Amino acid sequence: MIEVSDLTKRFGTKVAVDDLSFSVKKGEVLGFLGPNGAGKSTTMRMVTGFLPVTAGNVEICGISMIDNPKEAKRKIGYLPESAPLYNDMTVIGFLKFCASMRGLSGSAKRSAVEKSIETCFLQSVARQSIGTLSKGYRHRTCLAQSLLHDPEVLVLDEPTDGLDPNQKLEVRKLIKNLGKEKAILFSTHILEEVTAACTRAVIVDQGVIVADGTPEDLTSQGKGSLYDLFHKVTTSETPAA
Amino acid sequence: MNTLTIFKRELTSYFTQPTAYAIVIIFGLLSTLLAFTIGNFWAIADASLHGSFFRYHPLLLMILVPAVSMRQWADEHYTGTIELLGTFPVRLGSAIIGKFLASAVIWALALALTFPMIWTVNHLGDPDNWTIFSGYLGSFLVCLTFLAVTTLVSSFTRDQVVALIASVAICCILTILGWDPVINEIRRSGSDFAVEAMTKIGIYSHFFDATLGRISFSSLIYLFGLITVCLVGTNLALRSQRA
Repeated sequence: MIEVSDLTKRFGTKVAVDDLSFSVKKGEVLGFLGPNGAGKSTTMRMVTGFLPVTAGNVEICGISMIDNPKEAKRKIGYLPESAPLYNDMTVIGFLKFCASMRGLSGSAKRSAVEKSIETCFLQSVARQSIGTLSKGYRHRTCLAQSLLHDPEVLVLDEPTDGLDPNQKLEVRKLIKNLGKEKAILFSTHILEEVTAACTRAVIVDQGVIVADGTPEDLTSQGKGSLYDLFHKVTTSETPAA
Repeated sequence: MNTLTIFKRELTSYFTQPTAYAIVIIFGLLSTLLAFTIGNFWAIADASLHGSFFRYHPLLLMILVPAVSMRQWADEHYTGTIELLGTFPVRLGSAIIGKFLASAVIWALALALTFPMIWTVNHLGDPDNWTIFSGYLGSFLVCLTFLAVTTLVSSFTRDQVVALIASVAICCILTILGWDPVINEIRRSGSDFAVEAMTKIGIYSHFFDATLGRISFSSLIYLFGLITVCLVGTNLALRSQRA
């Protein structure tokens, strides 16, 4: 469902993503791990069509993001890293706006908004102004907009960032459940999330994939500790602070 | 369809914040106040509203239009919502047009709310209402031009204050270039070419013709050309920032 081949992104002389290739199939949750500045968000922004690629290709459900971005974008639900929202809108107003932007109207729009509010536990704040929400609710509101059109592909950039432990647990469960029917690519800093929610994970460092496998494979590569593997493959070329 | 969705969101957003209300009221009050004070409305018996009322509109609009629209794209950059817009299956042009039209409606409303001036001159005498309508059209075109300039400037920055200062500066230059006192000063220095160029580039002369009921085709071409260049420039600027 997500096919990324030879993806490269350069900003001036800096190479942010270097010839990256991976795929995510239906029913798969791919954890995208890496230290800060590894190129995770840049990759996700190219996969979702926000950033143009320097080289390579991204296909979403067989549709090229480079040749046919409008059609490819219809297939994706995206939660950006900082969970951006329009602070002057209410939660329900924002979700209705996003549903309209996704081409939904009438009863389909109403039921999509209701369902996403229910899925992300937003009932108690549905009519509240976004500007007054806590970080956890803001994150869930942005997650809700990514689910509105029931996309086949979900791209979630640090979906549990800023959530309390209970909310983290709920979102992980939600990702795992959604992953049965969809292809999910999600980035995280939290290594426990790989075993809790992913069927497969890749570790990226300096724009290159340095490890790829199931959580069990990666744990055994790290001799019983995913943390040790992460430390080993991501710090080898990074100068000491 | 998406243009309409963005238009509605932007328009609602203007009415959920006090800025638009404040600026519409300030414009109504100041434009009327200027007409009755330095505009000498009573002394010159200005039934067409040309010399007392419309004359000062560009001077007010060059500050107030950027104040309403400075957040247009700067805020999208600042909050990161541009990333959401950029990943929706919509053309960037639809978002630019939707936002632009919503701001245009605010200014159409601000101008419409100065209707007591029309009522006053019709009550006092028998004015040429076509000339008054033409004056309003000229004012609205100036609003659209300044709005397009602000749209372009706000696409370059995430800071609303920077967007405001830079937009006011550009609108100020566009206004002053064709303003009578400046043109007369340049004429005294003897440079006919400079006078000609400034009259063509500055918006005041185009606007002034409209307030006299003489909107020329070349003025329309110039103002709509400027608006188009700014909106296309916004599209290119937003695209290039992602590359």
